[in-house]
Amino acid sequence: MAEPKTIIEKIWEQHVVHQEEGKPDLLYIDLHLVHEVTSPQAFEGLRMNGRKVRRPDRTFATMDHNVPTLDRYFVKDPVSKKQMETLKKNCEEFNVFLADIHHPDQGIVHVIGPELGLTQPGKTIVCGDSHTSTHGAFGALAFGIGTSEVEHVLATQTLWQAKPKTLNVKVNGELGTGVTAKDLILAIIAKFGVRFGTGYVIEYTGDAIRNLTMEERMTVCNMSIEAGARAGLISPDETTFAYLRGKRYAPEGEDFDAAVEKWQALATDEGARYDATVEIDASQVEPQVTWGTNPSMCIPISATIPVPEAAETASDQDEIKRALEYMGLEAGKPIANVPVDHVFIGSCTNSRLSDLRKAAEIVRGKKVNPAVQAIVVPGSQTVKLAAEAEGLNQIFKEAGFQWREAGCSMCLAMNDDIVPAGERCASTSNRNFEGRQGTGARTHLVSPEMAAAAAIEGHFVDVRNYTAKIYS
Amino acid sequence: MEPIRQHHGLVYPLNRANIDTDQIIPKQFLKRIERQGFGQFLFYNWRFNDDGAAREDFSLNQDKYAGASILVAGENFGCGSSREHAPWALQDFGFKVIIAPSFADIFYNNCTKNGILPVKLSEAEIETIVKKAEATKYLLTVNLEEQSVYDNAGFQTAFELPPYQREMLLNGWDEIAVTLTHEEKITAYEQLRS
Ligand code: SF4
Repeated sequence: MAEPKTIIEKIWEQHVVHQEEGKPDLLYIDLHLVHEVTSPQAFEGLRMNGRKVRRPDRTFATMDHNVPTLDRYFVKDPVSKKQMETLKKNCEEFNVFLADIHHPDQGIVHVIGPELGLTQPGKTIVCGDSHTSTHGAFGALAFGIGTSEVEHVLATQTLWQAKPKTLNVKVNGELGTGVTAKDLILAIIAKFGVRFGTGYVIEYTGDAIRNLTMEERMTVCNMSIEAGARAGLISPDETTFAYLRGKRYAPEGEDFDAAVEKWQALATDEGARYDATVEIDASQVEPQVTWGTNPSMCIPISATIPVPEAAETASDQDEIKRALEYMGLEAGKPIANVPVDHVFIGSCTNSRLSDLRKAAEIVRGKKVNPAVQAIVVPGSQTVKLAAEAEGLNQIFKEAGFQWREAGCSMCLAMNDDIVPAGERCASTSNRNFEGRQGTGARTHLVSPEMAAAAAIEGHFVDVRNYTAKIYS
Repeated sequence: MEPIRQHHGLVYPLNRANIDTDQIIPKQFLKRIERQGFGQFLFYNWRFNDDGAAREDFSLNQDKYAGASILVAGENFGCGSSREHAPWALQDFGFKVIIAPSFADIFYNNCTKNGILPVKLSEAEIETIVKKAEATKYLLTVNLEEQSVYDNAGFQTAFELPPYQREMLLNGWDEIAVTLTHEEKITAYEQLRS
């Protein structure tokens, strides 16, 4: 019998175009997603060298980072406007399909790829964006690249890549009620740190992963980069196939059945070996809140804010001190008492229909605390319309949330959605770096449920007390 | 891209771990469509106050580091966003070599595509360098051909980097041109697969 293999090795082997001693492999790229921020210099490079886009049919562009979410057709900042116009011009010149601001498919690149069925098991997918790891939820090998690599893929549809090491993140047991995929990935990063995935591709395995829906799997894979891994994926199964059936770019009819057969064969074989394995017990995971300035600075809602002196090394103590100072937090106090000024529900981590549904369940019939400004930014125009069709926008608006147009928005505050300096935001996004949501802004990463509950109460609360009421 | 074989320059120590690309260049400066001119925005939120005045408490603003071209930092340098604007900003500011115990994967790649040399040294070696650079104007030589780092006072060490990246940096090759020499294989692959 053939040596058992991981899905990572199988996808890799299927995509090697050229191999040579002492060099990385030349890997074929099936799908290249493009957005306005990391592409202009790449297209310019093509122009300067008289090169073309090799496979416009494997290239798909949208606008997400800069787009305004109040009046989407009015881009105030002339530099943002120029960047968006440049993408449009480039896509026209190089014959690349663009879901621009006027297009019904527009949205965050990592939300629309899956919802259109462009993202499929076994594909190699790249984008000039580190959260490309999201697409790994389908059993695709998907990773972020820099602009030089964007240019390289545009010109050649390939990339030179050293074969990555494989890391099995095995999640045993079951998540408790009110504990989400977001809490799981935050707990994984809190436990193993922001570097444990560096040099690896992660495969998430175990019962808790199998039980996740596709949208929950995307939340988990999305934050692989926050663990240092360029890619994180999940072997495809019935959940994957059911999600893909009927999607616009997915195969149809008999072709779909044939594809499923191929996809099934991709799943990691019994007994395949990984270069490393870590395990975590899902039943021990509580709702999480980050307290610091990187995603591993994260604690359960029941915990108190860390005390620097408790850290082992002087440099760790310094790091904690600096983070607490930036965050304006007092060591030793319960995180649950910390008041918030802003709530942001959105981003490629948590802006899909199921995220919005769960947040809406929490706020239904309640009112946002008067001290809090809360916004919901759907991940795509499609998500927005679907949410409106089931009345979620009404639930949010009646509670006092603002209901916005699709885009990256307050995840990185490149448009007008900025958290002012010194103010605190409960955010469903993926990065709590200094200044991420605005210069001096203080970000706490949480699940959509936790964000929604914080909006109502005006401070962090254990959402399990809320969900207990909803489901009892 | 400019080839880099050997570099001799002033060291700037920034002894923090997990410096992410949002710190190296904040998002408000990613809207430009050019490759040049990002140096003025390097470490913007650390270098400048809200009113645009230079912050005295940030060491890069000190005279003794003016003209530094070798950045020495803590582990996991360049984590976070894939923005290549980060190495562009470092390069435009004047940095040619970055030394750290470890780098984030995408950032490391981005450096080598732009003729910036990322050098991995041990924590202990970095501590030695940081101490010296904090005390005086400290110059280092980084030799890519020999894969060595040394000063003129007896400090010497070696570093590793993948042979492919070494070759690209030494020669300053246009990677796309190299890849296109395999054009037939790419076409053959496409025909086989479709
Ligand atoms: S939502 Fe945030 S993390 Fe996701 S692609 Fe947009 S800016 Fe990046």
